[in-house]
Amino acid sequence: MSDSEPSAAQAAGPRVNPPSLAPSLLQILASFSLISLYGFGGVLAWSRRMMVEKRGWMTADEFNDAYAMCQFLPGPNIVNLSVVFGSRVRGVAGAALALTGLLGPPVAFASLLAVIYSRYGEVAAIGHALSGVIAAAAGLLIATVVKMTLPVVRVRRDVGLAVGVAAFVTVGPLGWPLPLCFAVLAPLSVAIAWLARR
Amino acid sequence: MSAGSSPLGSLLGHFALLSLFAVGGANAAIPEMHRLSVVAMHWMTDRQFADMYAIAQVAPGPNVLIVTLIGYHVAGPIGALMATLGMCGPASFFAFWFARIWDRFRDAKWRTVLQAALIPLSLGLVAASAFVVARAAAQSAGAVVLIAVTAAVAMFTRINPLWLFAAAGVLGLARLV
Repeated sequence: MSDSEPSAAQAAGPRVNPPSLAPSLLQILASFSLISLYGFGGVLAWSRRMMVEKRGWMTADEFNDAYAMCQFLPGPNIVNLSVVFGSRVRGVAGAALALTGLLGPPVAFASLLAVIYSRYGEVAAIGHALSGVIAAAAGLLIATVVKMTLPVVRVRRDVGLAVGVAAFVTVGPLGWPLPLCFAVLAPLSVAIAWLARR
Repeated sequence: MSAGSSPLGSLLGHFALLSLFAVGGANAAIPEMHRLSVVAMHWMTDRQFADMYAIAQVAPGPNVLIVTLIGYHVAGPIGALMATLGMCGPASFFAFWFARIWDRFRDAKWRTVLQAALIPLSLGLVAASAFVVARAAAQSAGAVVLIAVTAAVAMFTRINPLWLFAAAGVLGLARLV
């Protein structure tokens, strides 16, 4: 993938969001295959890079909105996101192809790894290389979180943001189970948003 | 469907059920997957489960792949397909229809309130998973530096992160991480 191609979504300076460009079915399949194959250590960073930064298929806000919804739907987040995005731009076929692209190549790859692993066990050199890649993947995820958060913090200065900080602290450093965090913070967050609207 | 009749039906049924409770993503469901595979169904040992989790983490693709690996372990390639289908099928269907409703009420008050409420929570949770991933990866001083440098480079440049991954892999091979 070329990094020099101009990206509509990354034009500098304040501007009105351009209408998101709708990809073709083939572009959906190809892009989600790439996202999944690049996605060492998780695919969120790669999804955002592809859809927001490189292709301009979603604005930063649209991405946050869609991802937030997918996190609260049952099932794997990125799988949900691929279905939601695909169906939004190209209906049922778009959803099916996004899902196929996202799951097809990695399922084949993981099956291959499973076979290799069951025959040969762990190979030390692979383990060493992977510990480096995992660290890089963690760094990439941190950068993605910052990029997702900045546009929100720029326009919102309300007490609702405190819920985000609380979610981070409880599930991150404190290690609460996710359902507990949801049960406590989701009603609180909705109440705050409701009061702020009035 | 009787979940115990055959391994394939069992994989499909159990993971379909599990997926509907997996609010928050595949990683949130890991404890339940462990209970199912090791304790309830005796498909594998603790150690084998841990190995599969590690493979799913390092393989490219969504981390839901651990389900594929469990399915493969239980019933070969068809098992891998069935488990993946169970985990992703019903949830995808649900997401498809929910997104339609969500988009239809784009300007409804309840929708804007929910959206305003969910976004900070969602960002907090993504930040928490970044924290957990980074803590697990920070096994040495070299790894901490690598995490920080990668984050900065990804933040401030448009370089394709694959280059960062390749460089990190080489550093790992050289035992610097």
